Amino acid sequence: MTKQKPIAEGLFTWPAAQPALLGSRCNDCGIVSFPAAQSCMACSGQDVTVEELPRRGTLWTWTVQRFMPKAPYHSDETEQTFQPYGVGYVELPGGVRVEGRLTENDPAKLRIGMAMDVVFEPYRHEANGDEVIGFFFRPAA
Amino acid sequence: MDVAIVGIGIHPFGRTPSRSGLQQGAYAARLALKDAGVAWSDMQFAFGGSASAGSADALVNELGLTGIPFINVANGCATGGSSLISAYNAIKSGEYDIGMVAGFDKHDRGAFNADPEALGIGRWYGELGLMMTTQFFAMKIQKYMHDYGISRETLAKVSEKAFINASMNPNAWRREPIGVEEIANSQMVSDPLTKFMFCSPSEGGVALVLCRADQARRYTDTPVYLKAATLKSRRYGSFEVFAPSQALQQVDGPTVDASRAAFEMAGVGPGDIDVMQLQDTEAGAEVMHMAENGFCEHGEQEFLIQSGATRIGGRMPVNTDGGCIANGEPIGASGLRQVYENVLQLRGHAGERQVPGNPRLAYTHVYGAPGISAVTLLQN
Ligand SMILES: [Zn+2]
Repeated sequence: MTKQKPIAEGLFTWPAAQPALLGSRCNDCGIVSFPAAQSCMACSGQDVTVEELPRRGTLWTWTVQRFMPKAPYHSDETEQTFQPYGVGYVELPGGVRVEGRLTENDPAKLRIGMAMDVVFEPYRHEANGDEVIGFFFRPAA
Repeated sequence: MDVAIVGIGIHPFGRTPSRSGLQQGAYAARLALKDAGVAWSDMQFAFGGSASAGSADALVNELGLTGIPFINVANGCATGGSSLISAYNAIKSGEYDIGMVAGFDKHDRGAFNADPEALGIGRWYGELGLMMTTQFFAMKIQKYMHDYGISRETLAKVSEKAFINASMNPNAWRREPIGVEEIANSQMVSDPLTKFMFCSPSEGGVALVLCRADQARRYTDTPVYLKAATLKSRRYGSFEVFAPSQALQQVDGPTVDASRAAFEMAGVGPGDIDVMQLQDTEAGAEVMHMAENGFCEHGEQEFLIQSGATRIGGRMPVNTDGGCIANGEPIGASGLRQVYENVLQLRGHAGERQVPGNPRLAYTHVYGAPGISAVTLLQN
């Protein structure tokens, strides 16, 4: 049977009933980083706590990647099956702006300021059939 | 001790299948030596950079084994600027009288292929398809257009100007003028930027001979003085390339910091500059860098570019040699190309594309991953 695994350990909670992105908050200056880091980029402090980031935010900016990137890009796609994908920064309240792929690739359906939810979906398969889970931002319903 | 540029050399940018990157660097170096009327053996030091064409210090194999201290510099798109600053400081300190800065490169076709792990980012970032400088520039200008009312036509006009200027530059790569419509309607690469709005990896070489200002007249009748050379990296809160996340509170980027420091060092202001070469990795970058370097307010570019102010003959000529858009970007050479162009302009030797009115002060700016910026100010 197919197993699922996250694209990287420590990027988000997985498996979890309500998965969330994981950031680190600096206990000295309060700044949040994603992905979670061992020291603070703002003040160099090393007293950090890992915490779940909010699941809804707003689109700060975006683009659409129109051609298939070279390695290290690693999906199940080929040049023939490649589909352009949206990319954006989503501002998470009280935290940070996180960069991620968008589930939407139609420029007409993307606008700065719209509400976005983080979702966790299968991204590609390993040679043994395991599903690799990535994180994406989806326009809120 | 002030520093002067007394020799310049360039190998044409673009594609030269018959010469390696190193040979293109050596070609430029020989021209620079000839221009200054000196020999390679007169060089007391050298700084050089190449990202994809081998070690820059291998130039000694082409130019001669003289025992010269040759230091390799690697700083992304700011490699040339970083080499120049190193040479500037080497002479300014009084340690050396004369030396060389060289940069060359030869890249494969297609977008640059960055390795996330080399930059301290997890492999997942590249696997998901986020490790693309093109996306960063597209997202930065997308936000900027939203905030400051820059139109897509203005982006196309930036590229149109680049190709017009390049048509008057025998060393440029893309020398065919392309119309605004064709630029705007060319293949979309990363919204809102189309194919003809981006620079491409290319090939080329540039070398400069620098010396103590008080000895400059020994080598040339037209010395150009380096009034400032600055380099800054990003601070926490600036929006930069290859950032999986960014702060909610934004601060000025390294371009603003490097620019302010350069003006302060030279004791002049943006209004004093007669000609400027600004990093135009794509058309939006030129627009944003005009304001980040202090040459206009945010949003003013819409009028300035539409009215032709940034063309040769306009009141603030930008990227008079065609910039990265028309020359492509051989990483090691790109920043030095800007300096080469400014020296030509300040000598009054820029031919068809000479900025009128005897320019006196010229400005260069490069920006590169993962958030570094270098600025120089040149005076004749
Ligand atoms: Zn901190």
